[in-house]
Amino acid sequence: MAAAKPQIGGYILEHLTFLTNKPQTTLVNFTVIDYDTVFFSVLLAVLFAGSFYWVARRASGSVKSAPRGFQSFVEMIVEWVDAQVRDVYHGTNRLIAPLALTIFCWVYLFNFMDLVPVDLLPDLAKTVGLAHLKVVPSTDLNGVFGLSLTVFVLMIFYSIKVKGPLGFLGELTLHPFSSKNKLVQALFVPVNFILESVTLIARPVSLALRLFGNIFAGEMIFVLLALLTLEHGYAGLASVSGWGLMLLQALLTFVWGVFHLLIITIQAFIFMVLTIVYLAMAHEHH
Amino acid sequence: MHVNLTLVIQMAVFAVLIWFTMKFVWPMILGPMQERERRIAQGLAAADKGEEELERARASAESILREARERAGVIVDQAQRSATEILDQARSAATHEGQRLVAAAQEQIELDAARAKEQLRQQVGAIAVAAAAKLLDREIDARAHEALLSEFAAQL
Repeated sequence: MAAAKPQIGGYILEHLTFLTNKPQTTLVNFTVIDYDTVFFSVLLAVLFAGSFYWVARRASGSVKSAPRGFQSFVEMIVEWVDAQVRDVYHGTNRLIAPLALTIFCWVYLFNFMDLVPVDLLPDLAKTVGLAHLKVVPSTDLNGVFGLSLTVFVLMIFYSIKVKGPLGFLGELTLHPFSSKNKLVQALFVPVNFILESVTLIARPVSLALRLFGNIFAGEMIFVLLALLTLEHGYAGLASVSGWGLMLLQALLTFVWGVFHLLIITIQAFIFMVLTIVYLAMAHEHH
Repeated sequence: MHVNLTLVIQMAVFAVLIWFTMKFVWPMILGPMQERERRIAQGLAAADKGEEELERARASAESILREARERAGVIVDQAQRSATEILDQARSAATHEGQRLVAAAQEQIELDAARAKEQLRQQVGAIAVAAAAKLLDREIDARAHEALLSEFAAQL
């Protein structure tokens, strides 16, 4: 067992290491790229955009015929997203609904990579000489912050566009404390600014970290379940306990997979709904 | 736990993806969906209207039928009435004709009887004259005894 410990540690570490152009030693280093995250993000983006575009091209000509198959599925999602947006946002911004659709589908596909057996793609990568491969873009901080910061930029952009720069500044400094007395109000301004700034910045951070945390934890459970039979490998099949462990692993992985299917859907949904809410708030006057 | 260039790439990819969805996916899926919804709504409205019209047509057809039936009843009544009338007329005409024929026949009979009586009377007169002549063995001057003869004939 003592000899097995480093193997386990190494196995887990391997699943936490990205395929980068060079090792990253500091927290922030903009010369490093996670090839795996970029690759899978773009792949999934192409998958989403391609399949939906395929339906969109067919759908535009089929007003008279009933939709079927994949087209029905896509229309169901689009209609559902549209309903979610209409529930929260009543303005005329034509960006929010497509944005919500993009987020839901892309994040869902990110998360869905978690349900691919944890060792399948990394092991395949090893056969072509890639040392590491992390297949779930939403377990990369860059992946989730890439989404939430884009949403953040849009929030700021529309806040300023709708309310004007002064309106946006006023929103940051004149709430939640306000007074009719000019002097007291002047004293409140810095306090308000600190409170509102924290609230504002907390949005993209919580948006990103919520998704990251859930999916990262889910992936970790899959990795830990894989550890059950790691020590023995195929040799474990020679003993009854080895078979027992393997069946236990299969059962637990299945149960966790089913549960995780719920989690990845909910997380994609939460990300989408919060984005809609934040952008709707950016359009509202206080 | 690290932040690197991937973040910037991710944001760029995301931005492009949003643009693509907004430009080529969303309107081209939702547009036809709404168009189809509109068509279905129109179709349903047309079906409702058609049903209403059918109901109206059925009602008017029923009223026309009822009217026709009433008119037919009236016509049949009239026909029956006129048939009865014609029958009555024919019957009365036949009765009149019969009576007339009977009357004519009776007249003829009376006439014939009168003529026969007259002949008989004359013959009897002649026979009586002849018989008298035989009895008297001489000719009776018809002219001379005309008054007697006619009185005799009248007594017959």
